[in-house]
Amino acid sequence: MADDGMAINQPADGVLGRVSDLLFRRPGLLLAILLGPPLIWIGVVYVGSLVALLVQSFYSIDEFSGRIVREFTLKTYAELLRPSNLDIVLRTVLMAASVTLASALIAFPIAFYAARFARGWIKGLFFIAVMLPLWSSYLVRVYAWKLILANEGVLNWSVERVGLTPLVDALLSMPVIGGPSLSFSYIGTFLVFVYLWLPFMILPIQAALERVPGSMLEASDDLGARPGQTFRKVIFPLALPGIVAGSIFTFSLTLGDYIAPQIVGSSRLFIGQAVYMHQGTAGNLPMAAAFSMVPIVVMAIYLWIAKKMGAFNAL
Amino acid sequence: MRFRKSRSGAPLKLKIGAVAGLLFLHLPLLLIFLYAFTTEEKSYQFPPPDYTLKWFAVVWDRQDIWDAFGLSLKIALIATGAAIVLGTLAAGAVARTRFFGRETVSLLIILPIALPGVVTGIALRSAFDIADIPFSFWTIVLGHATFCVVVVYNNAVARLRRTSPSLLEASLDLGANGFQTFRHVLLPNLATALLAGGMLAFALSFDEVIVTTFTAGQQTTLPIWMLSELVRPRQRPVTNVVAVFVVIITFLPILMAYYFTRGGEATAGQGK
Repeated sequence: MADDGMAINQPADGVLGRVSDLLFRRPGLLLAILLGPPLIWIGVVYVGSLVALLVQSFYSIDEFSGRIVREFTLKTYAELLRPSNLDIVLRTVLMAASVTLASALIAFPIAFYAARFARGWIKGLFFIAVMLPLWSSYLVRVYAWKLILANEGVLNWSVERVGLTPLVDALLSMPVIGGPSLSFSYIGTFLVFVYLWLPFMILPIQAALERVPGSMLEASDDLGARPGQTFRKVIFPLALPGIVAGSIFTFSLTLGDYIAPQIVGSSRLFIGQAVYMHQGTAGNLPMAAAFSMVPIVVMAIYLWIAKKMGAFNAL
Repeated sequence: MRFRKSRSGAPLKLKIGAVAGLLFLHLPLLLIFLYAFTTEEKSYQFPPPDYTLKWFAVVWDRQDIWDAFGLSLKIALIATGAAIVLGTLAAGAVARTRFFGRETVSLLIILPIALPGVVTGIALRSAFDIADIPFSFWTIVLGHATFCVVVVYNNAVARLRRTSPSLLEASLDLGANGFQTFRHVLLPNLATALLAGGMLAFALSFDEVIVTTFTAGQQTTLPIWMLSELVRPRQRPVTNVVAVFVVIITFLPILMAYYFTRGGEATAGQGK
């Protein structure tokens, strides 16, 4: 034991000491011990589940008995391509796109201020103010909008006070986005989504903006650019990877959410709701599995584009 | 000129935009606090006609809420414990050594939180169906632990990268074995990062609902209890009080996590 490289140290005492020596001399073994449990967990539980999902989507349901037929078939995917289902997909993707755009618009000033002007405790306050809603109270935050958008709620009350009721009524009477009331319309669902995912947009934009060196802005200024030009030609292009990184979250989270549109929204389904409905009341697990492939594919395409735009460096 | 970090400060329009954005993020939550005191039971009338403390007493006496709370607490604690062990091990492997497939490992760990929640949920549901595993307390824990690992992992990796390797070498040179080095040198260095990761994992698990609806059978966690109240409201003020309670229980660990890791590394940004 003492022959290889142990000239200075004496052979270690006890079982622990010897195990420790062994691991030191064989880093590969140590690595295997460290990596084993998490890999087995993620590999079996998660990757296994994803494989199960894929397999499940190639099963089908027997229409008469309502039982799952565990044989390979493309029938379920053929059903997925029905016009009514394609409507659901289109509706969800459009919603995700508009939510992403609106979040970017609202997030930018917050991120810009926090990155370039906030100092000391104000900076800490901004950080906490973004972190708290990001990590917690998802359901409570959806619920808050049910309170706000209710007919007798605070929004209608304030709109009435300032005399803008006709404006809201006009919005609600619009063909697609309107509805009987704000909490039963796409406008409501849209507001809730923007509110829910805004923190996920703020942080990456802030990170991107914090990396813009001040000297670059001074150079632009010295070369005669007006503030507006500096913003358009220097700041915005450098913030863009951050915006794309944030949009990955807002897009993905909107695609997969089924709670918010169920609580605030019209009765027309989103992808998440369709998945939930098929596995639950309908008991059609294969269809639910096939449906959940849609957000995976959409996200894969989205990530591929994002990668081309260099978004991953801003994460 | 105006974009310099100069004494002139931020343009007014930017200040207004930033403050308005933050108000948009936080006023709705304050509203929930207000509604927990309303006397109006049947609607969400604003402003509340009068204020009362009686709903807090009502909630206190509701056994179903206590049961749901206890279940959520138990799940969050066990899932957090599992996440701390698995996340730390994975971080230990990835932070220091380079090995074949290292990038794949970090991708795999992040995946449960990068994919939409409904995908994670339905994937677990499909697996339980194919393997004929009945829903139970443990199927919920399994799901929660899976997406909590990434939070601990992110915190631990960040801290390990900042811990100088010479510290560990010094310990070994002074005659400590690997276990002693871990116990007396590495662990004290890692502790606050693990605590912060654990706190975030706890907050994440405690109010998780999307994955849970797919992995719970008859079990009612607090968020599932709330969800059923939102879909079919029975006693609205009671739900409001529970909502306030959930906000406080999840905000506290996040504030503590911030306190433990402030300065230097960001626990932020690595995202959900």
